[in-house]
Amino acid sequence: MSDASFLEVRDVRKHYGAIKAVDGVSFAVGPGEIIGVIGPNGSGKTTLFNAILGQIRPTSGSVRFRGDDVTGMSPLELSRRGVGRTFQTLQVFGQLPVRDNLIVAAQEFQGTLPGRLFAAPDAGLGERADEMIELFRLQHVARLPAGRLSYGQQKLIDIAMAFMAKPRLVLLDEPCAGVNPSLVDQLRELLVTLNKTQGGSFVVIEHNMDFIMRLCPHVICMVEGKVLAEGKPADVQANPAVLEAYLGN
Amino acid sequence: MSARRHLAGLAVVLAALVIVALFLKRSDVYLLTLWAVYLMATMGLNLTAGYAGQMSLGQAAFFGIGAYIAALLLKASWPFLAVLPVAAIVCFVVGIVVGFPALRVQHHYLAFATLGFNVLAYLAMRNEEAITGGTFGISGIPRPTLFGVDLGGHLAYWYWTLGSLVVLGGLLWWLLRSPWGRAFTALRDNPIRAESLGINITAYTLLAFAIGAACAGIAGVYYASLVEFIEPGPFHFSTSLMMLLAVIVGGSGRFYGPALGTAIVILLPEFLRGSSVPWLKFMQVWYLAFFGIAVIVLMIWLPGGLLSLRERLDRKGGPQ
Repeated sequence: MSDASFLEVRDVRKHYGAIKAVDGVSFAVGPGEIIGVIGPNGSGKTTLFNAILGQIRPTSGSVRFRGDDVTGMSPLELSRRGVGRTFQTLQVFGQLPVRDNLIVAAQEFQGTLPGRLFAAPDAGLGERADEMIELFRLQHVARLPAGRLSYGQQKLIDIAMAFMAKPRLVLLDEPCAGVNPSLVDQLRELLVTLNKTQGGSFVVIEHNMDFIMRLCPHVICMVEGKVLAEGKPADVQANPAVLEAYLGN
Repeated sequence: MSARRHLAGLAVVLAALVIVALFLKRSDVYLLTLWAVYLMATMGLNLTAGYAGQMSLGQAAFFGIGAYIAALLLKASWPFLAVLPVAAIVCFVVGIVVGFPALRVQHHYLAFATLGFNVLAYLAMRNEEAITGGTFGISGIPRPTLFGVDLGGHLAYWYWTLGSLVVLGGLLWWLLRSPWGRAFTALRDNPIRAESLGINITAYTLLAFAIGAACAGIAGVYYASLVEFIEPGPFHFSTSLMMLLAVIVGGSGRFYGPALGTAIVILLPEFLRGSSVPWLKFMQVWYLAFFGIAVIVLMIWLPGGLLSLRERLDRKGGPQ
């Protein structure tokens, strides 16, 4: 693993009794890199994300971000270090308008806690929120409570929120799940645009092979908690072990 | 609703409250003042429970702490305006101290933890006779004189309380529209997501709880001066339940919900009990039963509270 690694996951394990949900996974993500994580259901992808992001503490192994050991660090602390994420299920603030969902996603990085009490209601993020609303084509619903929108629209808000604070690293857990196929291409283009304009590295879990093969120059395939194969998308896709894991004998 | 229409509507309601009091009996003005006092506490509880999602059953304890601080300090000739910040700060600090361990649990566990605090506070008020006077209470609590104006009369005290309520309401309105208010709502809607976005849920939860407690402390000061005699009874946990009921009946997490809910919980039973309308005379006996049934029906029909009525009607009338 190079010194330039943004994220360095080394031999991470998460065991629940005899069940080895994640079993010695190592990989590294460089600055600006987009990495895809694929694998059948139950292969440990989301558990790996949760172990990296402090939602659960790994049984063993280490996670380093920008050279610092962040193993088991709380999501709050990781967020302050510039790590964003989306969840497998929708996680928007349903009662808040779309624009406020975006503002709240970055407001904690503006000034101090007491200072924010006396800050402008939009915490100085109105312009940034409007930019993201335009980028994600959400202008017509910007003032509506997020909970009233369609699943696809909420998914876009969810992803836009993860990028509001311009994080250095974003982990996206199944961004295409439940999304209309016509929106999948839009989503991929958005992620490419954000990668180019904002920089930062992305790790993407996804079941949509076409999406991941076109988005990620490097793919990791997990099966039963372990890394089965990794490399260029075409190579991983052609790997007989990967095919067997997905399709069986 | 536009900001201008909103302000105009608020001005009309306030003007009505100012004018109507001139034509009411002394006891009715007292009830109106009691409504305003409880509203200060329920607005604070709405912040804690409605906006920040922390189910508290300890609001009456803070209400009592504020009332006892007022009773002791006002009797020691402290100026009313000096007593207010003392009560608010003490309740804020006690809120932090109680909240820090209690807010590690959520939902009904938190409700029981805060209920336990209320029971402890009630027992302290009843048993620490040297300070609180125990069940004999503290009498002769003076009403304030501010800048040479005597607010001892029932109308003067009503206007003073109403003015203070508007100021407190304005402060809470501003707070809820600040980034803090947005963070409160976010942690109520989805604390896991909120934390992943850098929102310090421990700090914000504590702040919401402590600010709500401070509001109850301020309400307690106005209460002590209104009733001029306090004893532990009004600070029993049943008052916390009543306050929570007021928040839920009006519309939890809606700014004007507590105003409506407190009116129903405080004023409706008294209106029914004292009604001289011939066909409502039976209410003089049955008013509490009617009130209980009305609340049950309301909660079944409108679980979001009275202020969710329009949304419910919109949903019914809208496309399926």
